[in-house]
Amino acid sequence: MSNHIILPDGSLEKQTTTLNLGPTHPATHGVFQNILEMDGEKILNATSTVGYIHRAFEKIAERRPLYQITPLTDRLNYCSSPINNMGWHIACEKILKISLPKRVDYLRIIIMELARISDHLICNSIVGVDSGAYSGFLYLMQYRELIYEIYEEVCGARLTTNIGRIGGFERNFTDTAFRKLEKFLDEYPKQLKEFENLFSRNRIFMERTMGCGAISAERALNYGFTGPNLRAAGVDYDVRVHTPYSSYQDFDFTIPVGTTGDCYDRFLVRNAEMWQSLSLIKQAYQKVQEFKGAEAEVFHADSPAYYLPPKQDVYTKMEEMIYHFKIVMGEIDMPVGEVYSPVEGANGELGFYLVCDGGRTPYRLHFRRPCFIYYQAFPELIRNGMLSDAIITMSSLNLIAGELDA
Amino acid sequence: MPRPVQYNNKVKFEGIPEGYMGEGFMATNLEKMVSMARKNSLWPLPFATSCCGIEFMATMASHYDIARFGSERVGFSPRQCDLLMVMGTIAKKMGPVLKQVYTQMAEPRWVMAVGACASSGGIFDSYSVLQGIDQIIPVDVYVPGCAPRPEAILDGLMKVQELVNKEGLRRRHSQQYKELLNSYGIN
Amino acid sequence: MALTNDLVKQALIEKFGDALTDWGEPYDMLTFTAPKELNLKVLQFLYDEETLKFRFLTDLQAVHFPDNQGAELAVVYHLHNLQDNIRLRFKVFTSIDNPEVFSATALYQSANWMERETYDFFGVQFVGHPNLIRILNVEEMDYFPLRKEYPVEDQTRVDKDDEMFGRLHAKNVKNHE
Repeated sequence: MSNHIILPDGSLEKQTTTLNLGPTHPATHGVFQNILEMDGEKILNATSTVGYIHRAFEKIAERRPLYQITPLTDRLNYCSSPINNMGWHIACEKILKISLPKRVDYLRIIIMELARISDHLICNSIVGVDSGAYSGFLYLMQYRELIYEIYEEVCGARLTTNIGRIGGFERNFTDTAFRKLEKFLDEYPKQLKEFENLFSRNRIFMERTMGCGAISAERALNYGFTGPNLRAAGVDYDVRVHTPYSSYQDFDFTIPVGTTGDCYDRFLVRNAEMWQSLSLIKQAYQKVQEFKGAEAEVFHADSPAYYLPPKQDVYTKMEEMIYHFKIVMGEIDMPVGEVYSPVEGANGELGFYLVCDGGRTPYRLHFRRPCFIYYQAFPELIRNGMLSDAIITMSSLNLIAGELDA
Repeated sequence: MPRPVQYNNKVKFEGIPEGYMGEGFMATNLEKMVSMARKNSLWPLPFATSCCGIEFMATMASHYDIARFGSERVGFSPRQCDLLMVMGTIAKKMGPVLKQVYTQMAEPRWVMAVGACASSGGIFDSYSVLQGIDQIIPVDVYVPGCAPRPEAILDGLMKVQELVNKEGLRRRHSQQYKELLNSYGIN
Repeated sequence: MALTNDLVKQALIEKFGDALTDWGEPYDMLTFTAPKELNLKVLQFLYDEETLKFRFLTDLQAVHFPDNQGAELAVVYHLHNLQDNIRLRFKVFTSIDNPEVFSATALYQSANWMERETYDFFGVQFVGHPNLIRILNVEEMDYFPLRKEYPVEDQTRVDKDDEMFGRLHAKNVKNHE
């Protein structure tokens, strides 16, 4: 900055330029528009525009019975759709007062932590791409394919998984799924270590990301930050510990916390969380293997009113056929009440505020989307920084457009 | 101990177009040469808005590798790209932006609508979603799926390649094409 | 002594008395209703009071009840005390003809966009908001889509065959192009 020509105020040359970092831009991952007011390369002010992919999820959800809302939740944070699906099922189980067997909880934890790894993987490798290092992305995307294979074994789809049912899973995890999980647990730690070696102490990367987009813990709390962005600022708030769901309290894991809240801290926090997720998956897998015999066949809760009965019973028994019909046609009435159920999504606290009035569809369903809330801080984060720092800040915040605009 | 050399014999080579071959020369149709060049070097503009964009990232990565089809360089400037791949839901707010990007592309240009949302609005039959991008720009290939597998996206790309091969050099100047663009309000 | 829902309720009743109504604990979350003039006072009290310390605004949204005459729109605040780990929800009702509610942006920066979203979807006018314009929908939109009287689908479509979708009054079908 010492080479910056200082022009006197009011002179003709000292004017600000307006730059449109428009909705279609290679480095804004997702459709976000920012109109930047710049003084040369320095950003003085920014105005964000969102809504370029507003799909009216909340309005669509008001006319869909519970199971038809799961595909909608897939498309919120599509990098880690199992977490959204299971968060929604957990919210439904809360309001329907269904309790789950432990094995189902542990299997859910395996899937959710895999989804968390796949989201953090994309975010960190994209931070690498934006600072010019494309190869990290290519190495890590391979392992995303392994995670997709595990999802395919369980539910049949890669990205928009629609995984699970209210009360558990649609089928038991096959041996192939467990073999693929073991393969992932064998190979991924080495690759993650290599990725860390490339970036964590790399001088160019450190100088690019340190000090850029920093936020203090008080400001972050005021802005409603949650998730890795808040933990990088120094606050150890994690919904898995504060409001445990799906038996997370049975597991032993730490919450990585940063200090300054800048891009480098966010990168390190996400890396550390990937290691924690790997350890959680190993613990959960061990616990699942301890169930033997009949218990090892349990993959859903016993709640025929909300969980589709097995097909052979539907074809032979009367009650199951009626339940099947009612569930598929969405004719199950929900209890009157309202519930707010948060889960720890990959970028923060994903909350489901569900208001039911006894009908077959929710009266009001609101998604508390973490990206929408912390993106408000973006103009403050990039003020007085340079344009290239703004790009790195945006990609390190892990903004997913589908979730932001819902 | 050096690793034994392995030759990959299963590579499909792009054939030479039909023509008259002689000693050190070959005479063929200009159209065939230009089509072959165009179809094997389609530079895509990934207009990725939502979930299908992540499947495109998987297509671009090493497992499914779109670079083997010639799309090594994904460009983000419309002036430099041939194929506009619209991946993801286009909301009504985004419609004018998409149209502007399309008009900025230079001829010859092709459009591929990837995914159910770009083809027809997908599962989002709501007031804010454009029900299919063919309401505002002409589309060449539709790839169904929600999200389509990377193999499906590659299949769509191969269909675009077939279209490029058969197109000919005069299509963009023809009356029919001009009428098509006029019907969308693009001049 | 650990903070519990009852202690929070006691502290609130001591301060505000009968103004707060409809106390409940659905699914273990303390819920109450406040009159709309007091919403900022309640938020400020919950923020400042050292025993309560509700300093994190989790969520701010609205629900439309067309049947409640005079109190159709409910603005719902979800607060969280991070240190003692207690959540709370309170609602503020306002009528649809005069939907003005005081804005919480002075206290919580996160309320800024959440109030814009509530305005965009329901038409709640937040008094004191720095920039209350539409955020997710197109700026030219002239109605508030999440109110119950409006349907999800776009009413201006001409290319949808209503008979195929099970709607009985089929419009005249004209395929695009």
